[in-house]
Amino acid sequence: MRASYDVAIAGGGIVGAACAAACAAAGLSVAVVEPGPIGGGATAAGMGHVVVMDDSPAQIALTLYSRTLWIESIPELPADSEYLPCGTIWVAADEEEMAEVRRKKQLYDGIGVRTEVLGPKELAEAEPHLRAGLAGGLLVHDDSTVYPPCAARYLIEKSRADVVRQSAAGISGGAIRLSDGGSISAGITVNATGAWAPELTPGIEVRKRKGHLAITDRYPGFVTHVLVELGYLKSAHSTTADSVAFNAQPRRTGQVLLGSSRQFGSEGRAIEAPMLGRMLRRCEEYMPELADLTTIRTWTGFRAATPDKLPLIGPCPGDERLYLATGHEGLGITTSLATGRLVADSIMGRTPHIPLEPYLPGRKQEAH
Amino acid sequence: MKITVNGRPVDVPEGAMVSAAVSLAGITAFRRSVTGEPRGPLCGMGICFECRVTVDGRAHVRSCQVPCRPGMEVRTDG
Repeated sequence: MRASYDVAIAGGGIVGAACAAACAAAGLSVAVVEPGPIGGGATAAGMGHVVVMDDSPAQIALTLYSRTLWIESIPELPADSEYLPCGTIWVAADEEEMAEVRRKKQLYDGIGVRTEVLGPKELAEAEPHLRAGLAGGLLVHDDSTVYPPCAARYLIEKSRADVVRQSAAGISGGAIRLSDGGSISAGITVNATGAWAPELTPGIEVRKRKGHLAITDRYPGFVTHVLVELGYLKSAHSTTADSVAFNAQPRRTGQVLLGSSRQFGSEGRAIEAPMLGRMLRRCEEYMPELADLTTIRTWTGFRAATPDKLPLIGPCPGDERLYLATGHEGLGITTSLATGRLVADSIMGRTPHIPLEPYLPGRKQEAH
Repeated sequence: MKITVNGRPVDVPEGAMVSAAVSLAGITAFRRSVTGEPRGPLCGMGICFECRVTVDGRAHVRSCQVPCRPGMEVRTDG
């Protein structure tokens, strides 16, 4: 332990870990304040899908940049990070959704993202357990999955940050106050506590958005790509109603990870059987044979949601030494590495690879 | 009645569970753990999940909980 650090980060999830790794790579001394296991919150709950998303130009820029950083890090990722270059298939149920497939294809062509339009036959060949009668899909080749808690641990180890096993009770530009009454002083502090960030930095526009997940026993080959229904976009977009969408993902173990649900206003961790049931029935609508598989575990987690679906990255207005790195909603695994780089670039006064402005705290947010 | 275990015919008495049939076939490793260790029945009452086999193409069936039916095809991965 030092008397003072260049950077002190509250939160040892994948975003805090990526900030630690990027700051350490820039030559800064780093402390991470995390009372629980590294990557034990939303990081452990999430699916670990590394995916390019096109909700807005800023979301494309951040996810694409970050996916590139993941691909660059493959040679050094430890085996337990379970990197799986499986690609994503956006599944289209009908002709209306096929129009969306073609729109996405054109957009992705324009930004150099490798994709392939699948007709009904190609879709059935790629994923034989999908139901018959689907219209097709869009295969995005270079998307992948990782096992997030181990990836977070790897980033922390790489950073050689001092990990302080306590809760952060307060945070300001100069210090993180600890639950035992002590404090960690630092040149820059970073609030990377995900959905809990408003408890340390009141007033920021981050809300808990609960999700349910389920994982099956090992059925190698049952699913070979990350499958997401195109209706997912409608589900993820709705900022009011509870929603579910079909999302199935292969794991290196042969297990099938199933999602997804989205709820505002439900702040307890307990599994809600009606919501879990809705989610699993939605999955079965797309893959009827899922009903024959054994689910071995279900759990919930909390995404850190913002009104405009973009994270908060950068210094706080009014306290330039306090940074935020939160609000990544369902994309925290994908966008963690880019977030770390942007934070480190901003601290070091370096020109970032992509403009920081769309993610700056204090921007005017419009829900869409 | 006759069933097959890993393609070989096995004679089992009426009412026998699949786990008994697998044992009668002389198999002790019903399946392999994630790290490749042999596994077999432990509790015999459906709790431990150690005795899972594939029955008529359906994976991860607890063999101690399923009675044999004539012509059933059982596979172990031990």
